[in-house]
Amino acid sequence: MADGFDKNDLVLKTLRARDEELGPGVKSTAPQPYKNWRVTRDGDNLAWAVLDKQYASANTLSAEVLEELDAILTDLEANRPKGLVIRSAKSSGFIAGADITQFLGMTDEAEVAAQMTRAHAVADRLEALTIPTIAVIHGYCLGGGLEVALACHHRIGVEGSTYGFPEIQLGLHPGLGGTARLTRLIDPLEAMQIMLTGKTLPARKAKSLGIIDVVVPERHVEAAIQAALAGKLSSPKPTLKSRVLDSGPARKLLAQRMRPEADKQAPHKNYPAPYALIDLWEKYGGDFEAMKREEIKSFAHLVLSEASKNLVRVFFLRMKLQGVAGKPPKIKHVHVIGAGAMGGDIAAWVAWRGLTVTLGDVKPEPLAGAIKRAAALYEKIGRGDSLRIRDAMDRLIPDLKGEGIAGADIVIEAVPENLKLKHAIYAATEPKMKAGAILASNTSSIPFEELRTGLKKPERLVGLHFFNPVSRMTLVEVISHDQLDAEVERTARGFAGLIDRLPAPAKSAPGFIVNRALTPYLQEAMAMLDEGIAKETIDKAAEDFGMPMGPIELADTVGLDICLDVAEMLKRELNWAMPDTPDWLREKVEAKKLGRKTGEGLYVWKAGHAVKDPKAAKPDADMADRLILPMLNTCVTLLREKVSDDADVVDAAMIFGSGFAPFRGGPIHYAKARGIAEIKARLAELAEKHGERFKPDAGWDALG
Amino acid sequence: MSQAKSGRPSGRPVYIVDGARTPFIKARGKPGPFTPVDLAVQCGRPLLLRQPFAASAFDQVILGCVNAIADEQNPARVAALRLGCGTEMVAFTVAINCGSGMQSIDTAYRYIREGSSDMILAGGAESLSHAPLVVRADAVDFLAAMNAAKSPMDKAKAIAGFRPDMLTPVIGLERGLTDPITNLGMGQTAEVLAHLFHVSREMADAYSVESHKRLAKAAAEGWLTNEIEPMFSKDGELFDHDDGVRADSSVEKLGKLKPVFERPYGKVTAGNSSQITDGASWVILASEDAVKKHGLKPIGVIKDSQWSACDPSVMGLGPVISSTPLLKRAGLSLSDIDVWEINEAFAAQVLSCLAAWNDETFCKGVLGLPGAAGMIDPEKLNIDGGAIALGHPVGASGNRIVLHAINALHRLGKKTAIATECIGGGQGGAMLIEAV
Repeated sequence: MADGFDKNDLVLKTLRARDEELGPGVKSTAPQPYKNWRVTRDGDNLAWAVLDKQYASANTLSAEVLEELDAILTDLEANRPKGLVIRSAKSSGFIAGADITQFLGMTDEAEVAAQMTRAHAVADRLEALTIPTIAVIHGYCLGGGLEVALACHHRIGVEGSTYGFPEIQLGLHPGLGGTARLTRLIDPLEAMQIMLTGKTLPARKAKSLGIIDVVVPERHVEAAIQAALAGKLSSPKPTLKSRVLDSGPARKLLAQRMRPEADKQAPHKNYPAPYALIDLWEKYGGDFEAMKREEIKSFAHLVLSEASKNLVRVFFLRMKLQGVAGKPPKIKHVHVIGAGAMGGDIAAWVAWRGLTVTLGDVKPEPLAGAIKRAAALYEKIGRGDSLRIRDAMDRLIPDLKGEGIAGADIVIEAVPENLKLKHAIYAATEPKMKAGAILASNTSSIPFEELRTGLKKPERLVGLHFFNPVSRMTLVEVISHDQLDAEVERTARGFAGLIDRLPAPAKSAPGFIVNRALTPYLQEAMAMLDEGIAKETIDKAAEDFGMPMGPIELADTVGLDICLDVAEMLKRELNWAMPDTPDWLREKVEAKKLGRKTGEGLYVWKAGHAVKDPKAAKPDADMADRLILPMLNTCVTLLREKVSDDADVVDAAMIFGSGFAPFRGGPIHYAKARGIAEIKARLAELAEKHGERFKPDAGWDALG
Repeated sequence: MSQAKSGRPSGRPVYIVDGARTPFIKARGKPGPFTPVDLAVQCGRPLLLRQPFAASAFDQVILGCVNAIADEQNPARVAALRLGCGTEMVAFTVAINCGSGMQSIDTAYRYIREGSSDMILAGGAESLSHAPLVVRADAVDFLAAMNAAKSPMDKAKAIAGFRPDMLTPVIGLERGLTDPITNLGMGQTAEVLAHLFHVSREMADAYSVESHKRLAKAAAEGWLTNEIEPMFSKDGELFDHDDGVRADSSVEKLGKLKPVFERPYGKVTAGNSSQITDGASWVILASEDAVKKHGLKPIGVIKDSQWSACDPSVMGLGPVISSTPLLKRAGLSLSDIDVWEINEAFAAQVLSCLAAWNDETFCKGVLGLPGAAGMIDPEKLNIDGGAIALGHPVGASGNRIVLHAINALHRLGKKTAIATECIGGGQGGAMLIEAV
């Protein structure tokens, strides 16, 4: 069936089950000897091994799945079929990757290596079968899944399938022979790119690179299998160029070029995996057996590295927040009020995710601007899928008269931070909303106790605090208050999941989680600037710690006006002992030197980049603590005050909402890893040196 | 001319409950930001948004469109799907040249009147800036020969047949505005009428100035705000008004223009012709049952409609030959109509229509009237300007004049209107409407 077909169409709904080719015995209820595989043979003696992992909605490779595959191969070797088709019975895709829980708690490299060696033996055995083996791939085919597919002789990609090795994002590289098989199969430079970036490739790209033999719609899967059996599906042979690139001297040269590139993306000392991968290929590329052997060693080493453990933790934090989102609610139509930077971008994102969005503003000009930004965004993330782009643009409806409010399941207010303005908008909006609809505010600073006054139904006002840029920042803080209906809060979390964002629940309190924890960090950076430390030096201190961007650059990116607003609000609301905002900062804001958006703030900005002085002094050892520890301290305050009651949620919010160094596993996790007592002592030291603002929070002891 | 079948229509009443149009935007020598379906979607989204029913509640979607583009065959269906009417929505496109947007309403009207549909979305959309460039016939032959050539020798022979002028595209729009039977351009048919009904260049120019002034006033007074829905292009451009209107138009300025169709003596200039524009318009038609079911508020009711035809060279008389049978069946005279919308293909053509109704010979000989029908009061005719000022996206215009006639009746507190247009090829369409 066509990609992007209408899921509500009666004809397609009725016939959908007929579409997928899963071999004979799909409907067979005959008992199977395997828990996770269904093995059948059709009339032509073609064997089908269909993976349907028990108790799971998606297939992952566990030790058990591989052991069963091993048993299946034993059977096939004894009683040879004409060929073997490997396919997934899960609608979502082929295999999502290895089951990373299997390495949790392991401490011995030899133990990991032994397990990987057993897994390698299964893949090698699959590859060695002398009958044609064919992987039929729909949906995602990632990590270990792609490695299984690479061990087959043929790969038939169904339209819409995607391919990739995301291991690098977990601080790993492929471990089931993928580094050896992919560099052997395709241009090794392309193979290294794929593994180093962890990017997912669409089927067409995978075909053009030679990862898969062919791309067909589901309706031609059977014919493609027959072609493969008849030897008419030619898999591309490595080109001369590939072989040259895979020679020793070429590899040495290329590896030298890859390292600084990788360092730019992720510094070596924090992210060892890319280097391990480059080393592996430089030394053993071109020698298939050696590459496999060494891959196991390197993989086992990485799995036990602190960076990988923390990145795996980030993966689980993401899953945790996906769990917080829960079941997707029935929300079809979202009305966004305010077509400014945030409102417009929220609307664009929600429409991209398939919902109908009406975007309200009293003036047409901001609407036109929002439509322009949406078109540019879709052009970028749409990867040339002109139909999807068109449909998203059609779903994003400018709404000058607010006609969309009446039919909306959620109304998201995203107007400037002005209580009077928001109250006026609520007064005009609430009477038009349908029963059961949710009113959400994207406020970043106004307490909900104040926002809700005047509402007829304060119980349906919830916070949905998005981060800028909405399309890239995956976090949404879901803000509750003591009059909020629990069902509304649940739906708001579910809505975040529905639009592929991660909900972090928080109680209404100034700055919620992310802005509150970031502000002391930014304020401290300003204080350091005031002391005459170069901005480049300050930023470098934070970057060395692992922040994706230093605090000065971040302040410029967010906008100095917004930073100032949030800081003032927090100081006012919380009686914070923060250094006073320097006059020069106030003057900059008044002079409209607001940062990146105006071309100048603390830095001068050219073509979207801060112009930095390369000669600035190197940061001293103290600086990172001075910046980072106030952030940690505030996170502890947040927990003590029960703004969030879950340290993992705070960690996740800081990682997904502010980019807090992922390989550190989150602020609280980092503090624990470094030692609560040490952090407290450092804070006390800093308090003595720089002031009361560093005083360790009373909540630290509860963590220790 | 074909004559009206006698007798007034019977059947269920058919209401117009709402409608909207886009601003009409001038074609500026290159494809505009919107295709016909884009226009229909931009227009339809806000209209559907304010309805109390779902987009899937229609029984059919009918769209008038003359120059459908290759990527959007049956634009009605493409528009219906893009507007979220659902995969089960029946949708078809109608084309009768300049009457297409009214043909969609008339078709919907008949479906509802006879009882087989209850609610229909009927519109018109035209992107004249996207009108196709047509490859010359000799170039098509050349390409066919190239394709057929198998051997290198054959290919070389075929290539030798190439001539550079084959690359010169034929402007599809120009051909589209030429009647194939008489090979007269539409502007030339206006010249024919100007000659037959003694319309001078000065009269045509003066009429055109008035069209601009009336539209400018209507826009300034806010009389169009409930009719026009703004459009937003991908590159962030906002279209919120008819951009062809020239409030400072004057007889002096128009007098300087050269005739465009018949030089040097012709009277029809770019200034006293309708403009080439892009635009769309939709109206929602509903039966009494649908009105009750969804709690709708009708704004108009369609009383009768008429299509008539004559020789293509005098197609501009379409309004006269189609409106007169409507009047006869309703027992009304010209002056009983409170609001006249006669589509302004050409100033000379509208003025010729007026002259024809006041022409005893014509009325007796052609319309079967006992004498001259009389004059239409200029204060009742195209009171907020017309296609000379805002343009004539051919598939959309017939829809717009019906919608605007109803809106104008409401503004003036009046009851009866006729919207009518001449149609290239020698036809006319007319619709008798009452405000509700």
